[in-house]
Amino acid sequence: MIHIKRLQEDGADVIALVGEIDASSSIELDLAIAKSVGEGFSKILIDCSALEYISSAGLGVFMSYIEEFKDRNIKMVLFGMSDKVANTFSILGLNELLHIGKDKVQAKQIVNEL
Amino acid sequence: MNYKFKVGCSIENLKGVRDFIRGSLKNHNISELEISEIVLALDEMCSNLMIHAHQCNPDDLFELVINVEQNHPLVFELIDDGTVFDINEFNTPALDNIVHEKRKGGLGIRLVKSIMDKIEYQKTGGRNICRLVKTVHFI
Repeated sequence: MIHIKRLQEDGADVIALVGEIDASSSIELDLAIAKSVGEGFSKILIDCSALEYISSAGLGVFMSYIEEFKDRNIKMVLFGMSDKVANTFSILGLNELLHIGKDKVQAKQIVNEL
Repeated sequence: MNYKFKVGCSIENLKGVRDFIRGSLKNHNISELEISEIVLALDEMCSNLMIHAHQCNPDDLFELVINVEQNHPLVFELIDDGTVFDINEFNTPALDNIVHEKRKGGLGIRLVKSIMDKIEYQKTGGRNICRLVKTVHFI
């Protein structure tokens, strides 16, 4: 089960993921990102500090936005991952394709420099 | 030691499957990180089975068996009677292609193949057994 909270800070949309994302809940992540894009945000920060688990279904959601974001100049940075969640991203090499910061401060820095 | 779990093919049950796997492995001196990788691979295999072989029918049941013996490779079996979805028949797509074609499914196959040592399928008496083998470091 995933619970998603959104808040806006310094012109960026911060999407906080709380709980576990798997095949049954990845659609909610997809909808949250689509909503943020639909509202015109060009800086999206994904707060993973309360994300306990993510399966390939959830990783696939992030992957599916990479090209669109490049085309539309939308910047997305993930931050606050636990070791286990970070490991999931690195097994697939997604840490090379996505922007990942240590914490929110660093994520804001990265998003402003992209 | 053998652990068995029978579950209906609803993806809502994946959380229960993950809890069963963690519970089965937790007192066997296996590192948290290795357990989390195994959970990830088996979650993928179970969701594939539920979605592709059973169209998420909650009345279709399958069984997950976990065999743990100290200092031996772990053996996981998924037993069902649906259509076989053999991931060995799928080429592991390159990451670039997954990004370009938005192939969400391809990621899971990469994940399972990079975590597990061996994946084999066997059909006996109308039942399919998918056996996954993983060598872990017992601490």
